[in-house]
Amino acid sequence: MAERRVRDTRTRLPIPVVALAIVAVLFFALPLVGLLWRAPWSHAWTYLSDHETLTALRLSLISSLWATALSVLFGVPLAWLLARSEFRGRSLVRALCTLSMVLPPVVGGVALFFALGRRGLVGQWLDHWFGIRLPFTLAGVVVAQTFVAMPFLIITVEAALRQLDLRFDDAARTLGASRWYTFRRVTLPAIRPALTAGAVLAWARALGEFGATVTFAGNFPGTTQTLPLAVYLALESNPQQAIMLALLLIAISFGVLVGLRDRWFGRVAELR
Amino acid sequence: MLDAIVRRAMGSLDIDAHLAVQPGEVLALLGPNGAGKSTLLRCLAGLLAIDAGTIRIDDVVVDDPYLDMFVTPEQRPVGMMFQDHLLFEHMSVLENVAFGLRARGDDKATARREAGEWLERLELAEFAKQRPAALSGGQSQRVALARALARGPRVLLLDEPLSALDAATRATVRRDLRRHLASFPGMRVLVTHDPIDAYALADRVAVIDKGVIVQEGRLDEVTSHPRSRFVADLVGVNLVRGTLADGVLITASGARVVIADERRGDVFAVIRPQAVSLHRHLDDMDSSSPRNMWAGQVADIDLQGDRARVGISGALPLTAEITVAALTALRLAAGDEVWASAKATDIDAYPT
Repeated sequence: MAERRVRDTRTRLPIPVVALAIVAVLFFALPLVGLLWRAPWSHAWTYLSDHETLTALRLSLISSLWATALSVLFGVPLAWLLARSEFRGRSLVRALCTLSMVLPPVVGGVALFFALGRRGLVGQWLDHWFGIRLPFTLAGVVVAQTFVAMPFLIITVEAALRQLDLRFDDAARTLGASRWYTFRRVTLPAIRPALTAGAVLAWARALGEFGATVTFAGNFPGTTQTLPLAVYLALESNPQQAIMLALLLIAISFGVLVGLRDRWFGRVAELR
Repeated sequence: MLDAIVRRAMGSLDIDAHLAVQPGEVLALLGPNGAGKSTLLRCLAGLLAIDAGTIRIDDVVVDDPYLDMFVTPEQRPVGMMFQDHLLFEHMSVLENVAFGLRARGDDKATARREAGEWLERLELAEFAKQRPAALSGGQSQRVALARALARGPRVLLLDEPLSALDAATRATVRRDLRRHLASFPGMRVLVTHDPIDAYALADRVAVIDKGVIVQEGRLDEVTSHPRSRFVADLVGVNLVRGTLADGVLITASGARVVIADERRGDVFAVIRPQAVSLHRHLDDMDSSSPRNMWAGQVADIDLQGDRARVGISGALPLTAEITVAALTALRLAAGDEVWASAKATDIDAYPT
């Protein structure tokens, strides 16, 4: 009994803290409840199996997975550079590469347009030399999503790399491993939990991306209209459908976050 | 052989040392924490580049700033066992040992077979599939040794091989390590702050202080003939320096030490703590043989198992090692007046 009482006093939080935390939970839960409450459940299947919905869902999944893959491909080396090498202006580079996290996505989209658009700084040459036109294409959607999503991966992976014990690299080198072999066999497995967490965060951000996509890639059903864009459009024309689309988006994101959270985020916490 | 002249600045420490190790020989670098032992080892491994000097392994230069030669650690024939072993946690024991073979380019099957043989040799076969986290300190040390040896290095470096272990397993692991080290034909350099480890594992010892080797030789030579207070303290003997004439040594502070030695001139004298007896009263000694009696005060008492090391301050500062039973019988405590005695024949003098 005595032991139990001790344990209780240790875990009991002050009432104001609990009250405020409950308000925060409600703040996040209520919009969801609102959607569930107004959802046209009797016509749910009609809305969800609608051709436009399925197309938007397909585009969303394809583009967000591409954006995640690109974020990993370029973000991991960048995180490595930021974590491991000393060079002048490193903090500037880091600020630049994570700027899009705090930038309004629309601003990001506009900036992308003037860089990669048909008349853009680089875009005109892409068009001229290779015939590549990014705006208003699915590739453009992927570019916009990668632009806003990659910083999430970079900061997660960089933090993990900084926490690694560099003496393991020393051990690997005295065993005859090149830097690349060491990276592949020692560093990468050690940061895998953080890498997965970062990739999931980046993917979730890409899936929900709206502002940069609509500015840079437009809103063309079947080409660039992802689920968030479809929700926004449907809000004008068919609010009932907008609710169902929103719930679909929420279900996917929520499912992945719940499914992966314990497995990966939990393991990250364990490692600390 | 391994021949290394190493100059390297590391923070406030300047390392300036010359080491030579023959094949089959074990050299212990003995010194306190911060003496530069590990830095020296990292220079040999190539994890640090030297500022000046030259490192040669079997007459091949692996580091020489003047010749602009530097062989990277992965290309040196050097294996290293780290202080806390640094086994790769996400790999099995077998994969850890196979790591160096795979890095060298062996195919998976060959590497695993060869790693398996190493595990057999070090009596680790049953742990092949386990993760390093499941191993005891001694087992994990053997895995680290197998991993370092698997690549067939010419030089094996061991950084504080026993310091990560608890006292209970240390003796066993030390004995095993000695056996396994004996089967390795190359040059071995081990770093330790513990003279017992050096004594158990090494053929020769180099005492290092503030980056400089202050004395080198066989451990029994170093122990019996320390040439500085630092070395004497490290190996745990009393060192006295003074002028010897007619069998009496007189120290700078005026203390007299009777020694059975005909020598004349400046000498060192070693008084082993075990040779020092302690007495409460001078009259206890009237009828006994010791020629040396020094008055002093108990400065500190350090219990080590059934032994007690008693520090005595006075004209001749000494450490005496007596049994705990004797300590109890004498009822000694810090601050007590005490007489210390030693037989003249127990004191060894040698020229400075």
